[in-house]
Amino acid sequence: MLDTALAGLVNGSSYALLALGLSLIFGVANVINFAHASVFAVGAMSGWWFSVDLDWPLWAVLLGVTAVTGLLGLVINVIAVTPLAKAPPIAALLSTFAVSVVVDNGAQLVFGPETRRFPALLATDNLGLGGLRFGTLDVTILVVAIGLMLVLGWFLRASRYGRAIRAVAQDRDAAAQMGIPLARVQNLAFVIASVLGGVAGVLGGMYLNNISPTVGSTVGMSAFAAATLGGLGSLPGAVAGGLLLGVVEAFGVSWWGGNARTLITFAVLLIVLWVRPSGLFGKRAPLAAEPMTGTFFGAARTVRLRPWQVAVAAVAAYVVPAVALDDYTVQIGVQVVVYAILALSLTLVSGQAGQISLGQAAPLAIGAYTSALLTTATGLDFWLSLPISGVVAAVLSVVLVSPSWRLRGHYVSIATLATGLLVAAAAVNFDWLTNGPSGVSAIPPPTLFGASVSAPLAVYFLDLTILLVVLLLVVRLRRSTLGRIWSAVREDEVAARSSGIAVADYKSLAFGIGGFVAGIGGALFAQQYGYIDPSVFGISVSLLALTIVVLGGLNSPLGAVVGAIVLVGLPEALRMLQETRMLTYGLLLLAVVLFRPQGLMGKVAR
Amino acid sequence: MSLLELDSVSVFYGQTQALHEISLVVEPGEIVCLLGGNASGKSTTMKTILGLITPRSGEIRLAGERVTRSAPAARIRRGLASVPEARRVFPEMSVEDNLLTGAFTRRTGIRAELASVYESFPRLAERRRQPAGTLSGGEQQMLAFGRALMSAPTLICMDEPTMGLAPIFVDRVLDLIAALNRDRGLAVLMVEQNAELALSIAHRGYVLNTGHLVLDGPAPSLIDNPAIRTAYFGA
Repeated sequence: MLDTALAGLVNGSSYALLALGLSLIFGVANVINFAHASVFAVGAMSGWWFSVDLDWPLWAVLLGVTAVTGLLGLVINVIAVTPLAKAPPIAALLSTFAVSVVVDNGAQLVFGPETRRFPALLATDNLGLGGLRFGTLDVTILVVAIGLMLVLGWFLRASRYGRAIRAVAQDRDAAAQMGIPLARVQNLAFVIASVLGGVAGVLGGMYLNNISPTVGSTVGMSAFAAATLGGLGSLPGAVAGGLLLGVVEAFGVSWWGGNARTLITFAVLLIVLWVRPSGLFGKRAPLAAEPMTGTFFGAARTVRLRPWQVAVAAVAAYVVPAVALDDYTVQIGVQVVVYAILALSLTLVSGQAGQISLGQAAPLAIGAYTSALLTTATGLDFWLSLPISGVVAAVLSVVLVSPSWRLRGHYVSIATLATGLLVAAAAVNFDWLTNGPSGVSAIPPPTLFGASVSAPLAVYFLDLTILLVVLLLVVRLRRSTLGRIWSAVREDEVAARSSGIAVADYKSLAFGIGGFVAGIGGALFAQQYGYIDPSVFGISVSLLALTIVVLGGLNSPLGAVVGAIVLVGLPEALRMLQETRMLTYGLLLLAVVLFRPQGLMGKVAR
Repeated sequence: MSLLELDSVSVFYGQTQALHEISLVVEPGEIVCLLGGNASGKSTTMKTILGLITPRSGEIRLAGERVTRSAPAARIRRGLASVPEARRVFPEMSVEDNLLTGAFTRRTGIRAELASVYESFPRLAERRRQPAGTLSGGEQQMLAFGRALMSAPTLICMDEPTMGLAPIFVDRVLDLIAALNRDRGLAVLMVEQNAELALSIAHRGYVLNTGHLVLDGPAPSLIDNPAIRTAYFGA
């Protein structure tokens, strides 16, 4: 009991350090730094390198990590946040997300992707206190973490730049009029936050024992949950939220096993967002109007193709693979088509209705599991399972995301992110339904007129036909009254509400229809591979879908298809970038956000 | 030497020209008010003087030195201070931390300045540990004045210092401005919606209309000038 609580506190102190950084950056730059988790990973990996390869003592490791991650924080701010200060907050959200992908995968290239042992550097079981066993390590982690918190607290209270940070967080304009250099203060906040994150990486690495370059993603999400639990922007809240979450997780893991950790984290995050989005300590309700799209994408006009051009492209999509391409290339075509369907669901949700979803893998996974389970366990025909998959994905999407409509801006995106991760965690944990981590196999191929649709070309034709139907649906929806209402919600939510539009319902409808489309895509996905497991629907799928639509043009249905060809098709076809593919996605997303926010298929309106 | 000189300053927001070759001066010890209706360019002029906006052409000088492209901090070191529109105190920081923030650009003499501000505003001394957000509107205005004084300025720019205050505080704030001017020899450049009130304590005034300087002169000459009416309500 007590040792579980202590373990939770020790682990939670890493969360708290990370959450402090997130809250600090949120306060000063009004940005949720999605790259913050990667800073943790870099801290852990460089700490491992300093201590194992270079054999430095702990204090030198901490100093080295401070330098590395401090610099990293500065670079993140200068490259991905400062240039977008005048763009809507969605831009910084996407760019920091892109940076996190770049950093994680860059670290994989540098350090190698494998998981390795992080030496504890200190004894783990040499002390005792009234029956409670612990080690110098536990004490050191707690002392370093709490020491850093106290130093930070003192710095913010009593130093000149500490006051400046608080002033900027509370009123940027007024702070500027006091002669406070905003750019320098923001750099400083990023450096401090990243140093805390890097040190948390070392402490967390020692505690976890095993690390890999992608260790940040799970710990980082816990830190998000902790910061939100405490109240984003509140530093005492970040500490309390981190420690509390650490303890809750520790008890959850001791009762339900290690796989439960992520489920608990994301459930806590989602419940906090639903019930008390301002968190335990947040004073202000996070409802300040924060348009997520508006001019950033609103300025983009869709490139229109003439009907004959579309017809030619569609015919070519059928004919060319049939006559000219081998089976391998056609299979790539199938992948492109499925991702295009997923991306089209985002065109509706994020492009048309303006709600950025970072968790579109959720309806994809729900659709895939629904179809896979129905066709394997109950022997239901694929053609019946297809609409059912869409409906189940639609309903669950709405159920999971609609409680977040009280929120605005970044919070909605966090909620979608949590939804995506929660669904994947549920697939791992609910093994009575999903068969847990081992997944569902032997999914039968669909039959059409008595023949099995399993040859690559047949699957391709089937999926392509469904893609064209979905494309038609999306284009028609965008031109309908419903499409115009979604545009109104996207462009100016307040004005839309004043015009009598039930904004929340229309957002839910967007997620519902988008979820339906993604669910259909999921069913196709499951039948195509004949096998699915939870790892297939990770955050990288959500990221890829978002990158596809942002690259293609967030508000362009054709852009979704073009984006899928560019991002899914080309790398496969050219057999390039096996190791650097994710890195390339990240760099591409960053470049698009910084230099061509309207996407490939969008023009800037004059 | 004039404390502040604007020499045909033009400011653009994108393609739109907001200020058309504005020239004005503030001499030591003067209270100068900047009058005009909505969207006349008063706030833009203030922001340009403070260094929050960079003009496309023209020149700004503080105590004879060119600061056209300098950061706000450099201007504050040359004696400029700001009382922002709607006071804009830092609500979750204590009164004392608010004041210290006003001294951000200074490295010395901060404690003495703090004592002097507390002497001028005993009310702030009483509430030094209290979060600024819990003060009344009038007290927050005092805090905004005190915060500006912390950089030991020679010229304070005030953007609508009476805005949103209860009527009894409006007179008190105007008295306070007059007193700061009289006792400390501070020059004040003040933007006001309420022309009559502003002119009652000012020495001189400038009138802006849609980004053009249309009129200037000693305060008494402006009070009954029909051009003011035009500037506010259109021809």
